[in-house]
Amino acid sequence: MALIELNNICKTYYIGDMSLPVLKGVSLKVERGEFVALMGASGSGKSTLMNILGCLDHPTSGQYRLDGQDISRLTSDGRAVIRNQKVGFVFQNFNLLARTSAVDNVVMPLTYTSEDLTDRQCRRRAEELLTRFGLGDRLDHEPSQLSGGQQQRVAIARALVNRPPIVFADEPTGNLDSHTSKDVLNILRQLNEDEGITMILVTHDAGVAQHAKRTIRIHDGMIVDGAYGGRVSVGGDA
Amino acid sequence: MKTYRTMRTALRALRRNPMRAALTTLGIIIGVGAVIAMMEIGAGSSAAIQKTIASMGANTLMVHPGTASSSGVSFGSGSIMTLTPDDCEAIMKECTAVKTAAPVVRTRTQIVCGDRNWVPTFIYGSSPAYFDVREWNVPTDGELFTDLDVLNSSKVCLVGQSIVRELFDGRSPLGKEIRINNVSLRIVGVLRQKGANMMGMDQDDVIVAPWTTIKYNIAGSSITNATQSRSSTSSSTSSSVNTISDIYPSSTVSLYPEKSSTQAANNPMLVRFTNVDEIQVLANSSTEVQLAIRQITSLLRDRHRIRPGQPDDFVFRNMAELSSVMTSTTRMMTNLLLCVALISLVVGGVGIMNIMLVSVTERTHEIGLRMAVGAQSRDILTQFLVEAVVLCLLGGALGILLGHGGSLLVRYFLKWPVMTSPAAIIAAVVVSATVGIVFGYYPAWKASRLDPIEALRYE
Repeated sequence: MALIELNNICKTYYIGDMSLPVLKGVSLKVERGEFVALMGASGSGKSTLMNILGCLDHPTSGQYRLDGQDISRLTSDGRAVIRNQKVGFVFQNFNLLARTSAVDNVVMPLTYTSEDLTDRQCRRRAEELLTRFGLGDRLDHEPSQLSGGQQQRVAIARALVNRPPIVFADEPTGNLDSHTSKDVLNILRQLNEDEGITMILVTHDAGVAQHAKRTIRIHDGMIVDGAYGGRVSVGGDA
Repeated sequence: MKTYRTMRTALRALRRNPMRAALTTLGIIIGVGAVIAMMEIGAGSSAAIQKTIASMGANTLMVHPGTASSSGVSFGSGSIMTLTPDDCEAIMKECTAVKTAAPVVRTRTQIVCGDRNWVPTFIYGSSPAYFDVREWNVPTDGELFTDLDVLNSSKVCLVGQSIVRELFDGRSPLGKEIRINNVSLRIVGVLRQKGANMMGMDQDDVIVAPWTTIKYNIAGSSITNATQSRSSTSSSTSSSVNTISDIYPSSTVSLYPEKSSTQAANNPMLVRFTNVDEIQVLANSSTEVQLAIRQITSLLRDRHRIRPGQPDDFVFRNMAELSSVMTSTTRMMTNLLLCVALISLVVGGVGIMNIMLVSVTERTHEIGLRMAVGAQSRDILTQFLVEAVVLCLLGGALGILLGHGGSLLVRYFLKWPVMTSPAAIIAAVVVSATVGIVFGYYPAWKASRLDPIEALRYE
């Protein structure tokens, strides 16, 4: 069974009396362990689709199954639990908490986990992740004392601290130079290859998208390429 | 576990931004501090004003014997002699609205000291409770006489400032003896100056002695007071012992020959209990004066065996004018304090809410991030509420110290009366916690309602 299964997802924003359809019937499947790039120009509905995939938003219509669970009918609190358990986020601007040590930043998502972990277990988990990404000597540094690449690695560690099956990376290299970009992308690929974490990379940069094994292209609210593992499919109308 | 973690997150967030926490707390500190300082200074002033009015006699009450009349001829106020020292004891013991009560006997006669003499306006015999009733219990010099002196009818007395001036040229009269009706009284204390009363009579022209001494040793041989003269034990011990009285007879010249023992046996006089001229009563407060009157009325009617329908054999006199001044002053001060406290709390509360709202806006991004990684709206609500309540309690505690310190400073430097009121402190703590929850809830609720996508995009 596919990890992600979107079936005819529509998203329409209403501004006053005007309705603004952003996603016009998107269907796609992502299998467990895939590395998918989601590409599209700005205004194509890429971010909206990403928000729905990441359970930050709910679709106006259509069905979304994540790991066999129907997400489209969940309340915002229900989606918060899914985000906590199943999804990790890596953002373009890192989104680390200022004046908070790297370890505390990584531990933060565990605050909202119902799983019973002692403080020491939480901290050990964070330290292991940071050490693995080469930040073992910067555990107690605050974001302002870290370089961009290091900050993004802290953010990746934070995304992984709950051991989610899927990680969304939204333009993870947008604020980094080409050298550190390569480092970060390598880390993401390694995670995908070594641990089988499903990786969804949102970007508008074709060079970055090359790192992925499959590219889904979205244009004007519809998927134009790559919806089902290599087959070309135009999203069916509702 | 999760709630505990959220609370700890809140505390950590406070520690992470001490400046913001301090500013938020400052609003509360000032609010609570203002309330406490105003309450303490206000309560002190209010108490001082009330005490001043009370010392003029707003909560005192005088019980006088009633008027006797015969065939339509009234003998004037105080002509019934049914008021006894035991009545006074009973009033003190049984009337709940009464703080204390003192029996008073009066006389007016000449006093002699060395080569000087003087006729004081008042010679009072009473118990130590009298000084409590009259708010006169701190003598400027020496000390008060005691209940034991009353029991022993000790020959001691206290004198007022005018007596000191007239008899001693202002020098300390402590230990000196003055003679009243040839009875020597030792001066044990000098009373604080009280000035004239509302009728213009000099209240310092006074001698106060144990009532037993005045009643049995002095008034007994004195004729000047109409009420006292009738109770005269005509051959009092003092006059028989004193040889001078043979030369200068101080007792009444008897119009009629004294009865022989046979005559006395033939016409037995009813044995009468000792009576007093008045009982002065101090009510618990000026508002309880009316209650005290009701209690004393029923007690005395009972003790004097007055049948229902019969008139009382005693009358009350109180300072009705003063009481009304006192009541209105008290009400005004209470309202004033309430207004001040409310305004301070509103100012403090609005300050808290503003800075909380600013804090939420400033941290929109953080809230978005927390929601993105799985915080439910309840978690965000808890975090911000805990922050608000902790800040308010902390601010409340510091505010209490600040307010209390402020009022102490006022006391030391401005010499203003200040009254520590535990009620105000408790109220301020309760209110600061409430303000924290109420004024912290809206921003917290607003934070929890944020859309994570919007919040993350917010810069």
